[in-house]
Amino acid sequence: MTSYSWAPGFVAGDRPRIVTSRFEFEDSFTLERYLATGGYAGLRAAIARPAAEVHEEVRSSTLLGRGGAGFPAGVKWGLTPEGVFPRYLVVNGDESEPGTYKDRLLMERDPHQLIEGCLIACYAAGLSRCFLYIRGEMALAQERMATALNDAYAAGYIGKNILGSDFSVDIVLHWGAGAYVVGEETALIESLEGNRGMPRLKPPYFPAAIGLYGKPTIVNNVETLSNLPWIATNGAAAYTAIGTESSPGTRMVAVSGHVKRPGVYEIVNGTTTFRDLLYGEEFCQGIRDDNELKAFVPGGGSAPWFLPDQLDLPFEGRLVGAAGSMLGSGAIMVMDSTTDIPAAALTLTRFYAHESCGKCVPCREGGTWLMRILERVVEGQGTTEDLDLLLEVGGSICPGSMPHAASAELGLEATPFPYRMTTICFVGPSAYVPVHSAITLFPSEFAERVAPARVRTRIPVTAVGSAQ
Amino acid sequence: MTDISENVDTVEITVNGKAIAAKKGEMVIAATDRAGEHIPRFCYHPRMAPVGMCRQCLVEIDTGRGPMLQPSCMVPVAPGMVVDTESETTKRAQEGILELLLANHPLDCPVCDKGGECPLQDQAFSHGPGESRYVEEKRHYEKPIDISPLVKLDRERCILCDRCTRFADEVAGDALIHFVERGNATQVMTYPDEPFSSHFSGNTVQICPVGALTATPYRFKARPWDLEQVDSTCTSCSVGCRISVHSSRDRVLRFQGVDDDDVNWGWLCDRGRFNFESVHADVRVGDPLIRTAPDRLEPTSWSGAMAITADLISAALASAGAESVAVLGGARGTNEDAWAWASLADAIGVERRDAQLDDGLPAGILGMPRATIRDAASAATVVLVAPDLKEEMPILHLRLRHAAVEGNTRIIEFSPTGSGLTKHAWRSIRTPVGATSATVAATLADPEVAAQLASGPVVIVAGRMNLAESADQVMASVQALTAAVPTATVLPALRRGNVVGALMAGLRPKTDDADARSILAAAAQGEIEVLVLVGADPLADLPDADLAHRGLAGAKRVISLDGHLSASSTEFADVVLPAAVMAEKSGTTTNIEGRVSTVTQKVTVHGTARPDWMVAVELASALGHDLGVSSVDDITARLAGAGAVAGSIWQGSVPPGQPVSVGTSAPNGYDMRLVLSRVLYDGAVSTRSSASIAALIGPGGVSMHPLDMEQLGVVAADEVRLSTDRGSIVLGVCPDERLDRGTVWIPIGQNSEDPRLLVGGGAVTDIRIERV
Amino acid sequence: MARFNDANLTTAHEIIARYPRPKSALIPLLHLAQEQNGYVTDEAMRQIAELVGVTPAEVLGTGSFYEMFRFEPTGRYLINICGTMSCALMGARELLHAAERSLGIHAGGTTPDGLFTLHQAECQAACTEAPCLQVNYRYRFKMTPEGVEQLIDDLRAGKLDDEIPPHGTLARVRQHIPSDRAVGAVDPDDVVGPPAWIPVTVEGAGS
Repeated sequence: MTSYSWAPGFVAGDRPRIVTSRFEFEDSFTLERYLATGGYAGLRAAIARPAAEVHEEVRSSTLLGRGGAGFPAGVKWGLTPEGVFPRYLVVNGDESEPGTYKDRLLMERDPHQLIEGCLIACYAAGLSRCFLYIRGEMALAQERMATALNDAYAAGYIGKNILGSDFSVDIVLHWGAGAYVVGEETALIESLEGNRGMPRLKPPYFPAAIGLYGKPTIVNNVETLSNLPWIATNGAAAYTAIGTESSPGTRMVAVSGHVKRPGVYEIVNGTTTFRDLLYGEEFCQGIRDDNELKAFVPGGGSAPWFLPDQLDLPFEGRLVGAAGSMLGSGAIMVMDSTTDIPAAALTLTRFYAHESCGKCVPCREGGTWLMRILERVVEGQGTTEDLDLLLEVGGSICPGSMPHAASAELGLEATPFPYRMTTICFVGPSAYVPVHSAITLFPSEFAERVAPARVRTRIPVTAVGSAQ
Repeated sequence: MTDISENVDTVEITVNGKAIAAKKGEMVIAATDRAGEHIPRFCYHPRMAPVGMCRQCLVEIDTGRGPMLQPSCMVPVAPGMVVDTESETTKRAQEGILELLLANHPLDCPVCDKGGECPLQDQAFSHGPGESRYVEEKRHYEKPIDISPLVKLDRERCILCDRCTRFADEVAGDALIHFVERGNATQVMTYPDEPFSSHFSGNTVQICPVGALTATPYRFKARPWDLEQVDSTCTSCSVGCRISVHSSRDRVLRFQGVDDDDVNWGWLCDRGRFNFESVHADVRVGDPLIRTAPDRLEPTSWSGAMAITADLISAALASAGAESVAVLGGARGTNEDAWAWASLADAIGVERRDAQLDDGLPAGILGMPRATIRDAASAATVVLVAPDLKEEMPILHLRLRHAAVEGNTRIIEFSPTGSGLTKHAWRSIRTPVGATSATVAATLADPEVAAQLASGPVVIVAGRMNLAESADQVMASVQALTAAVPTATVLPALRRGNVVGALMAGLRPKTDDADARSILAAAAQGEIEVLVLVGADPLADLPDADLAHRGLAGAKRVISLDGHLSASSTEFADVVLPAAVMAEKSGTTTNIEGRVSTVTQKVTVHGTARPDWMVAVELASALGHDLGVSSVDDITARLAGAGAVAGSIWQGSVPPGQPVSVGTSAPNGYDMRLVLSRVLYDGAVSTRSSASIAALIGPGGVSMHPLDMEQLGVVAADEVRLSTDRGSIVLGVCPDERLDRGTVWIPIGQNSEDPRLLVGGGAVTDIRIERV
Repeated sequence: MARFNDANLTTAHEIIARYPRPKSALIPLLHLAQEQNGYVTDEAMRQIAELVGVTPAEVLGTGSFYEMFRFEPTGRYLINICGTMSCALMGARELLHAAERSLGIHAGGTTPDGLFTLHQAECQAACTEAPCLQVNYRYRFKMTPEGVEQLIDDLRAGKLDDEIPPHGTLARVRQHIPSDRAVGAVDPDDVVGPPAWIPVTVEGAGS
C-alpha cells in the first residue's frame, strides 16, 4: 500500500512484483543495491547456457512486448533473417504516449535491471551492439542510466568478454530531443541514424530484417527488457505461472486523471479488471469527490475510449480489442462526470496533430484540420455540419468503420479494434480516435455545443480553371 | 536515382480485372503505368527511391488477405496480386487525399508558372473531390525566396512530396535543401546563407509536381500551352543528354530533360539546362563581317564574304600549297557540319585539321575498344583517368555515382586533385603531375587492385585530367591499363559537344604533326596562309594561351565561322561568317559512347546565319569542288551509310594511336607543379553569353595544400604571385586538403587573370609562388 | 563560443566514435552544443556538419524536427507546462496562466532579463502527478498556481541552482566507455559472420 517519496507516483501494493521489486529502496538505482538484491544473477545464468537455449526460454515465457503492440518478444527475436550480421538491439525508451510513464520509472529506479535485460537479449539473439534510446525530456533517467552504465562497465558486466566469457557487447546511451513519433520503431531507427524521425513503411522496413543501418535490428521496449533478468533467474515456468496463459507475468499500468489515488501499479497480467484498478482499495480507490465515472481511456492517448459499461473487462489485450479499444502502453486516463468531453478530446487531438512528423498527407494536413474544427466546436463556434466534417476528415485518415465501445444507453454495439489507415504509422489515426470516440459515445455533448448548419461558402476547385 | 531498365523476369498480376505482366521486383505503380492504368501520384518518381509520402497513389491491393488500401509506389508486385485502382474505397481515399493536399495549397494557378502542366492541377481534376470544405486560414510563408541564383521556392505551393529533397540527396549528392521543422509546419529550406548551389538544381524544378520550385530564367516567360517543343540533344558537353527544346514566338525559353535509358535518365546539369539563353545573346553574329581596319570589323554580304574567303583559300593553295591551309574546330557543330568541312578539306587536300584544341586526347583514343555509359555504370570496376566529371560531364558523373552508391561498381580514381567521385571511390589515388602513368603502373602492382580488376568487366574513363600536363601521360596510363586488363573498354571523356562526331567524321589530324598545337606552331612560324576556325576559339580554349596568340597573329589570314563573336575572331579574323547554333539547325551528333542522336531546329536562325555544313558546301563549290550534297538530309544519309545511324552506336574506324612512352620530368628549379582544369561554369561562350549562368562563373584562384600555404606564410584569400618561364599572374589562394603537397590547382575560364598564361610547351608546368 | 570548446570537442569525438556511422551522433552533438551555449547556434550546426560528414542543411533538417532544440537565445530556465489530457483534466491551464502572470510574458516568450522562457508543452510522462511541469527538464509534480509562483521566485533567487542547471544541460553524468572494456563500433558493412558467442553451425537466434 506504500508509496515512496523517492518514487513519486509509484504505489507498491501487496502483489507479485517482477520489475518494480526494488522500488522501495531509496538507493534502488545503485549497483550495490542491485547486486545485493540478486542483480546480474540472470545474466550469469544466461551466459552459462547456449544462446539458443536462453532464446527458447524467453520464447516459452510468452513475454509480450510492453511498448503498445503486445507482440511476443521471443518471437520477435526470431524474425531476424538467418545468417545476416551484424544485428542490433535498440531499446525504446522514448516513452511519450499520453498517460504513460512506466519506462521512465524503470530507468530512474532500476537502471541495472534494464541493463541486465539488454545484455540477456543481446546474448540470446546474437545482437552485437545495443543502443539505449532515452526520451530527451527525461534528464534524471539519462543521468541514472549513464551512472549505471559507467558502473556496470567498470565492474565488467558490459563490454569485452563479459564476466570472462566470449560474450561481448557495448551498450551505447543515446538520447532523443522531443518527438513523440520517434516512439514508433522505424522512426526510432531513423532518429538513431541522425535523421528526422519519420517512420518507414513496413514492408519493406521491418526492423528485424532491415533496421538500423539497413541491418537486422530488434527494437524492444524498456519494460519488456526489464522482465528478462527475472525470467532468466527464475525460468519461464515461474513467469507463466503469474497472470494468464495469453498474457503472463505482470505489467505496469499508470492510472491518471480523476481518481482518488492516481499512480503507477504493477499488476498481475490479464486478470485485474478496470473496475479493480479504478475503484479497488489497493489501487485508485474510486473517482475523485465520489463523482460518477463518465469515460476512460484504457490504453494511452491513442486508444478509443471506454464507458462505465466496460469496467468489468480485465486488463487483457484480446478482450479489450474485441470491446473496441486497445491496451497499448498501459495507461488509463479517467474522466469524471464534470469533464467537458469535447475539450478533453481536443487535448489529445491537439497532441497528435502537434506530434505529426509531416510525412503522410492525411496526418500532416488532416490532423491539424481536425484540431481546428474541434477548436471551433469547443469554443461554441461550430455547426452541425462541422460534426459531419470531423467524421469525413477522419474518414480520410481511417477509411471504413472505426472501433468503438458498446453503450447500453445509446444502444451501440462494439466495433472491435483495429482501424484501417491511409498513413504509415498510428499518429494520424490517433488524432482522429479521440474525436471519433467522443462524438460516438457522447453525441449529446456535441449537439448542445453546435449551431444548425449554416450555408457555407464552398470553394469550388474548378473556379481557378485549368488551361488544358 | 533508380535504374529502371534492368529486370526482365515477369510476374503476372491482375489490374482492374485485366491480367498484366509486371517486372519482378518493380512497384505496383510502375506496372500499372506500363499497362496504361493511371494511378495518381505526387511523390513517386520512377528514377528515385519510393518514399510513400503523399499517399495519393493508395489503391486497393489484394494479396490473398482481402483488399487493403496500400500505396502502390511502395508495394512490390507479387504473383497473383489483384489491384483495383477504381474501386469505391480507392476513389474515396484518393479524393480525401487530394482534398487534404489542396487544403493549404494557395490555388493561385492563374499566376503560377506551373499552371497548365501541373500534376496537382491535373490530378485535382481527374481524381479530386471537385470542391474544398477547408475554410480555415492557409499556411503563410514569405514567398518566393531565392534558394539559389537559378531556383526560387514558394513554400505555400509546396505539397512536401520529398521529390526535390530526395533528388538533392540521393541523386545529386548535394543535400543542400532539406525538410526543416515538423508536422504541419514542415518546409523545404536551405541552410541560412548556404544556397542550393548544386550543378543539378534545375532538375528539382522539372520534377516539382506543383509550382513551388521555379527556374529564375523561365519565370513568367510563357504559359505551358503557348510552348512548342521538339526533342533534341544537348551539346553543352559530349555526354549527349536528350532534351526537349521549348520555344514560344520563335524564342527558345527552356530545355527540359528527357528520360533516355541509355544516357541521362531524364536529368540535366544546370549548364546544359540554362545555356539556351546564349541562342538569343547579344554577342551573336548576324551578318558576315570583314576586317576593314586593324580594330574594325564591318558587315558585308554573304556573297561578298564568301567570294573573299574563296579567293583567300585558292590564292593560298596556289602560292603555298595545301600545307598552308588549316582548319581548326568542328566540335561545336553537328556530324553533318563536320562531315562537310572534312570533305571540303579532303577535296582541297588540307591535312592540317583538328576538332580539338590541345585540350583533349589524341584521336587514337577513339580507336580503342569503346564502352557505353551503361557498360561503365554496370562494370565491376571503373577506372578514372579523367578530369573531374562532376565539373566537365556532370550527367556521366551522376550515372557513375549511382553505380558506386546504389550498384556494385567500384571506382578506382587516378587524379591529381580528387573529384566529385572521390568520396564514392573504392580507391582514390593522387597522381603527382608528371608521374601519372608511373602511378597507374605502381597501383596495378597492388594485389588487391589486381584482384578487383580481375573480378569482372572493367571500363576505363579517360580524359585530359590536367591541361598543364602533356596528354601523353593519360595515353600511357590507358595503355598500361589495357595491357594489364586486355578486356577493358574505354569511355573517352573528351568534353566539347560533338568532339567525337567531328573526329570520327574526319576533322582529325591526318598526321601526328597536324594537330592543333602543331598547326598553331606552324602559323606562329609564318607557315600558314589561311587558318579557318570552325566554331573554334583558340584564344579562349587552347591551354597554351601564348601559343594561341602567336599562332593567330602569325597566320596570314584568319577566317572564323562562328555563332558568337569570339575573342579570336574579334582580334584576328579577317572574315567572320555567322553560323547557326544548336536549336537553329538540324542534324545528328555523336556522344562519348559513339551514340548518334538527333538535334532538331526549333527556332529561326539569327540574322543571316547559316549552318556550318552549308558554308562548307558553298565554299567547295566556289573552289570548284562538288561535295555531292545539297541538304542536311543528304549528309545524314551519307553518314548513315558510314554507320552513323541515329539511335545507335557509330563504330567508325579511327586508328588507335601509337604506343606512348613517357619519362618523368625533373623539376626545373621551380618549386610547385601546376594542375589546370575546367569547372562547370567556365569561359565557354554559351556560358558567358547566358546571363543566368554567366553570373555563376567563379572569381578564380589557386588552390594548394594548407601546409604549403603555411610554409608560404599565406592564409585563405591572400594574393600570391605565380610565375613560370612563360609568364606571371596574381591570384587569390584557397586551401584544399585533397591536393598533394607541391601541387597547385587553378580552374580556367574564371573571372581572374588567365592561368593559361603560365602554360608552356613542356610535358609539365613547374611554377613558383610568392606572397604579394 | 559558438563552436565547441576543447573539452566539448573531445567529448564530441568520443560520442561519434560510439556509433558505426558518424551521423548517428547528430542529436547528441546538438544537445552538447545546446549545453555549451544555451541554444543551438548556426556556427555549431556548421561544425557538427563537418564532424559527422553531412551538410549544414541536413543538421538543421534533423535538429528542427525535434522539440527540444532551440535555435535562438533561450532563458536560463525553460519552463514547460504540460497541457495534455491528464494535466489538462487536473488544471494545467491555471498553471500556465499563473506562470504567464508571474513572468509577465505569454507562452512562447522569454523574459527581457533572459532568465525565463515559458512554453506550453505536451505530455511529459508524469501523468499521475498531474498537473506537472518541467524546469530545464526537471520535474515539479502536482503543481498549483501558488506553487508556480513560488517556483519562479525561488529560481529567480538562485535557490535551486544546485538542483537545476542552466538550460541545455540534461544529464550531469555522461556515459564513458573505458577503452579497455569497449568492444568498439564497426562499420556494419565490414561485419561478416555471427558474433563470437553464437555458434556458426547452430543458428541460435534465427532458428
